[in-house]
Amino acid sequence: MSEVNSVPLAPPTAPGREHFVRSVLLNPLGLAAVVILVVVVAAAVFAPLLAPFDATAVRIFKVNALPGEGYLLGGDGAGRDILSRLIYGTRNTLLGALTVVVVACAIGVTAGLFAGYYGRRLDLVASWIFDALMALPAIIVLLALYQSLGSSIYLSMVVFGVLLSPGFYRLTRNLVQNVKHELYIDAARVSGLSDLRIMRRHILLVIRAPVVIQIAIVAGVAIVIQAGLEFLGLGDPSVPTWGGMLQDAFQNIYVTPLSLIWPGVAIGLTVMAFVLLANAIRDRMQSGGAAPARAVRREPARSGSSAMAAPADPDIVLDVRDLVVGYPDGGRDREVVTGVSLQLRRGEGLGLVGESGSGKTQTAFAILGLLSPGGRILRGSILFGGRDLAGLPEAGMRELRGRRIAYIPQEPMSNLDPSFRIGFQLVEPMVTVLGISRAEAKARALRLLARVGMPDPERTFRSYPHQISGGMAQRVLIAGAIACNPDLLIADEPTTALDVTVQAEVLDLLRDLQAEFNMSMILVTHNFGVVADICHRVAVMKDGAIVETNEVRELFAKPRHQYTRMLLDAVLEDGDTRAYTPRALPEVA
Amino acid sequence: MVRYMARRVASGVFLLFSISILTFALMFGSTKNVASNLLGESASQEQIAALNHELGLDRPLTTQYLDWLRGALRGDLGKSWTSNVRIGEELQRRLPVTLSIVVVSIALMTVLAALLGIAAAVRGGWLDRVIQVGSVVGFAMPNFWLALLLVIFFAINLRWLPATGYVSITASPQAWAASLVLPVLALAFSGIASASQQVRGAIIDALRQDYVRTLRARGVSRRSILFRHALRNAMPAALTVLSVQFIALLGGAAIIERVFAIPGMGSLTVTSALGGDVPMLMGIVVTLVVLVILVNVAIDVINAWVNPKVRIS
Repeated sequence: MSEVNSVPLAPPTAPGREHFVRSVLLNPLGLAAVVILVVVVAAAVFAPLLAPFDATAVRIFKVNALPGEGYLLGGDGAGRDILSRLIYGTRNTLLGALTVVVVACAIGVTAGLFAGYYGRRLDLVASWIFDALMALPAIIVLLALYQSLGSSIYLSMVVFGVLLSPGFYRLTRNLVQNVKHELYIDAARVSGLSDLRIMRRHILLVIRAPVVIQIAIVAGVAIVIQAGLEFLGLGDPSVPTWGGMLQDAFQNIYVTPLSLIWPGVAIGLTVMAFVLLANAIRDRMQSGGAAPARAVRREPARSGSSAMAAPADPDIVLDVRDLVVGYPDGGRDREVVTGVSLQLRRGEGLGLVGESGSGKTQTAFAILGLLSPGGRILRGSILFGGRDLAGLPEAGMRELRGRRIAYIPQEPMSNLDPSFRIGFQLVEPMVTVLGISRAEAKARALRLLARVGMPDPERTFRSYPHQISGGMAQRVLIAGAIACNPDLLIADEPTTALDVTVQAEVLDLLRDLQAEFNMSMILVTHNFGVVADICHRVAVMKDGAIVETNEVRELFAKPRHQYTRMLLDAVLEDGDTRAYTPRALPEVA
Repeated sequence: MVRYMARRVASGVFLLFSISILTFALMFGSTKNVASNLLGESASQEQIAALNHELGLDRPLTTQYLDWLRGALRGDLGKSWTSNVRIGEELQRRLPVTLSIVVVSIALMTVLAALLGIAAAVRGGWLDRVIQVGSVVGFAMPNFWLALLLVIFFAINLRWLPATGYVSITASPQAWAASLVLPVLALAFSGIASASQQVRGAIIDALRQDYVRTLRARGVSRRSILFRHALRNAMPAALTVLSVQFIALLGGAAIIERVFAIPGMGSLTVTSALGGDVPMLMGIVVTLVVLVILVNVAIDVINAWVNPKVRIS
């Protein structure tokens, strides 16, 4: 029962049915699986026509005959034709698997639908029962019940179906719980459809593909276990079965070891066909999702590395020129940043503004050298501290991160490791980056926590992330970012996930810290209010490129680019009456 | 934490009772032909009735169960119907044998799955593909068939290892190890492949989390991110895999012990099933369920130790 629960809970992409089947068949392994299964089913249906001999006919001179001596694959321990028994064995195998699948699927899916849809007590009770079933070693139970069930393998398979139903139950229940709160389900309920109708029409559609995968896997498990039971001598000896054939071959292992091969290969191929079919369907469901994760590795692949032209102005901390970032997409690179240039002075705050998908976060990650797997810098340069970060290997990048360039993420809760105390997560980087002792790092972390406004630094230091609020978590992340006095701070929508009142406090904190440490800061945001609050200059991004860079006052007063004007208008038309009056910020040299 | 553990243990005890009632009802509820099976076909009606009376099968099912339960709580599981041995003693002889195989298999599986899974998650490439193919092959190939192939190859042809039998570790550690090699390989192969793949998935999942990027941005070393942060967060998933594998191994051992003629719980189950030794089967099921529950509670403890959300609630 090992693999039963490994089906992913990805929602299906709901393509047309024929299209779906065709794309599974286009997958070479999927096609091979289907071909094998068709052959097996055909063998079962047309067994009397295909089998060269009567599968139960005993011929004394053919006992343990070698392949070719009258029988194509040889004779078994009782002188019966192995090939004919192999062909007839498909019937018993497929019927057994069918029994298991029908029972497991009927029980598991039905219970899962109701438990997932109605929840509460029903869910509690059902989940307990199915968990209990999973605690039972299936083969032992089937053996123990052998006396009660009798020699019919199908009764055993019914029980086995019950034992495998938890896989279907969990799968269905989780899927239903996921879709239950989707808007279209609510809409269906509001419009007066009955629960049963909703389940039939909407929910069954969602669970269809994952259940088909589970069916294929369970069928494979059933075939293996059934063969195992027959190998042990359970089941009707008068019916030719693959497991029974293995038992016979085992008894003659010293005489004709070759006879062991055929039933084993038959079982292996059939089960493998089921697994490959399941994998092909799963691949089909997941394609369109993220590309398979590869090792995170920087691959400098730039052409025409712009020579180390140091910025003319010594006050310029960061100088990005013609940056192009791409992700592999079907053999080619899809460019998400298409030539960004920007400059940042010491102590300056630069707002990077644009709609979602405009490439502002990717620009930020490129500077940090933290593009998602697959992403790379295709062209351009990032001059920082006399070095071009675009071509810098990971080791060199790691020396800069934390110490000279720091990062504040968007979503505070998911950016703290849930398994470690906050103190540890602050101390560890300081020890690594600054090479100070743990005690020193702790003292420093406590000072930082106090500085970012934690009422009880000691307590926060000892807490786990799930014990503090989102606003506090963001302060912790800010403390972590400034821990090693970086020159450049990159903040990616640092306030988006926070409540409005907390937003203002966090922005105040950021502004104060920036002035205090004289840091340069890139603030990625889609919110002009935030920009007006703490930035000196603004760069507006659209479709991977910067369309306008300007002083904050200038930009609000006289936007030059059509797109900037449109963005500003859109904000005002939303009825937001807040007037954007940029604050007076300390002058930048 | 203490309350959490108490709840887990209580749930386990309740589970044990439920299963014992259910299996008892299923096994003793349909023992009509047991007596005639035991006595042979020539037995007279009186002989059958007498045996039924002697075994206590003529009493109501609830009385039989309560009787059994009273004994079981005192550690007395009754007598075998077929061989006149005390069931408790027989299980005490058999359990260490099966545990040797299962524990060695699980240990091997844990170590290899962790190594292979992490390597595949980080390096990808050919190792990744080997593990993927291995898990499909391991799933499709019945473990007893693999066992038979191993016997043909290593025991019969090469004569490197014994084909059958079991030597206790106290008698001769070397012979004990030699007698375990093939059974453990056969039993653990598919588990190693599938567990590696699941560890790989869990590590990749963990490395994709937002906090990994943030830790990298702070200058934390790659080694610490992988072995400290990712590994720790992948632990709960890996532990679940282990508990599922443990249950699968207990079942798999039944068939594997038969192939290698190892006198453990598995072969005892098979002979008792074929011979109709119902109280022995009852004892086996209960013993194994106790074992499964103990392992699950142990895994819950480790999980709570690894995962602060469980520990502090």
